[in-house]
Amino acid sequence: MAALWSIPAVQAATWAFVKAMIILNGMLGVVSYLIYAERKICGHIQARTGPNRVGPLGLLQPIADVLKLLFKEEFVPASANKVIFFIAPILAVFPAIVTFAVIPMGPPPMFVVTDINVGLLLFLAMSSLGVYAITLGGWASNNKYALLGGLRSSAQMISYELAMGLSTIPVLLKSGTLSLVGIVDRQAGWYQVIGPLWLPNWGIFHWYLVLPFVIFLITAFAETNRAPFDLPEAEGELVAGFHTEYSSMKWALFFLGEYMNMIVISSIAVTLFFGGWHGPGLFFGTNGWLSEGPPWMGLVWYLVKLGALMFFFIWVRWTFPRLRYDQLMGFGWKVLLPASIVNVLIAALWLYAREVM
Amino acid sequence: MLAALFVGFAALLVVTSLMVVLHKNPVTSALFLVLAFCSLAGIYLLLRAEFLGMVQIVVYAGAIMVLFLFVIMYLNLQHDVETGLQIAVRRGIGWFVGVLMLLTGAALLKRGWALGPANEVLPGAEQGNVAAIGRVLYSRYLFPFEITSILLLVAMIGVIVIARGRSRAHAAGGGAGGGA
Repeated sequence: MAALWSIPAVQAATWAFVKAMIILNGMLGVVSYLIYAERKICGHIQARTGPNRVGPLGLLQPIADVLKLLFKEEFVPASANKVIFFIAPILAVFPAIVTFAVIPMGPPPMFVVTDINVGLLLFLAMSSLGVYAITLGGWASNNKYALLGGLRSSAQMISYELAMGLSTIPVLLKSGTLSLVGIVDRQAGWYQVIGPLWLPNWGIFHWYLVLPFVIFLITAFAETNRAPFDLPEAEGELVAGFHTEYSSMKWALFFLGEYMNMIVISSIAVTLFFGGWHGPGLFFGTNGWLSEGPPWMGLVWYLVKLGALMFFFIWVRWTFPRLRYDQLMGFGWKVLLPASIVNVLIAALWLYAREVM
Repeated sequence: MLAALFVGFAALLVVTSLMVVLHKNPVTSALFLVLAFCSLAGIYLLLRAEFLGMVQIVVYAGAIMVLFLFVIMYLNLQHDVETGLQIAVRRGIGWFVGVLMLLTGAALLKRGWALGPANEVLPGAEQGNVAAIGRVLYSRYLFPFEITSILLLVAMIGVIVIARGRSRAHAAGGGAGGGA
């Protein structure tokens, strides 16, 4: 046993497995309470209280919700394609879980499952695979509303993926690496903007990365099919869109996939634009308030930033009305895509000029 | 470990590629093709071509196959039920090409594989091959790279022109409704 443990590959694989298990199980809990948070926040935005009957402050509501879903009837339409109908919800969750393998949640090596040198590409690859769940779910149900929802979503996600990929390029130009750990490392410390004004060296505080962040955020809403881009499930016109025929745990998996994708995309935004796990150590700083804290402080900073972005996601959903379909496509192709291409040019010219001068 | 992974990916690739050809439902065939692309990406990763592997998934599995699926769903293709002379001719051609491929493969296998020089030190292995590919693409192969992009641009503009012309003609024929 000791001999086996001394092999580095075995150790690495075991630790990766343990971390994956912690993330997987933790994520299920986080998602169910995220849904509670969404219901609470939406309640207060609409001047209601939200769920408050089950347990103190309604805190046991997620458990009741999950039990309800588990005991519901599994319904399969008679003329559905049974196999694909079954596979589609699994495909909704799978890409999100895989992406967690490369997200740095704290200082490596403790809080990172694996650091590969194409981490950002893995995220883009997995988000492009996310289209299949909705398209196939809509098609296999053999229902016209579901099919229309699925087709809408595939068109929407392919269109917005381009702008999303292009909006990450200025970050790559700045950091010179595709590894997410490397990108976070380049954002450590502080930098002098003008005179006495010092800001953390995070991406968002560099002027040429502000517009890419805005574009990334807008495309993130479209990629996760959240309002105001939730056309695949527009209730007013498509009943419930691609998951019209889904019930019970299959439907719950689609829901789980949506929230996991939200967490993944917010984590990538934190990694690219908000310095990942970097932040002042405050009381625990090794060398004063503004220096880096101990490793667990990194995890806390990551979670704080992630929480803020998640709140923003929920806030936007209950604030903006849904776009019309042609407006959505026009906005994606005629505004976001040219804007992100111009952005790449500006960032490249600025970085080149700074290097030459 | 690597050998076991390779056998796994290779077996998956062979089985899924066969299913693409053999399955009767076009949507299922397309899905098996996606799986085949993913296992090919796995083999690229084992060859330490991580950029190629990821791009394989982004471009082929994530974009091109989604469009394929889109088209198949739009056309609403049913099971292949054609009969008659045409199918016999097609089968004959299929058998001929298949046997030809098999003979070529056998001839190639008989010659033995040239593995090339054992180059263990890959260029830029420590910082990954993304930087290496970028450097080569923008220096030595800059001209073909730019020519390819112009080619794609021409194709894109061509499609837009054709589609616009058709929708204009449609709008003129329909009478009512606005212009482009």
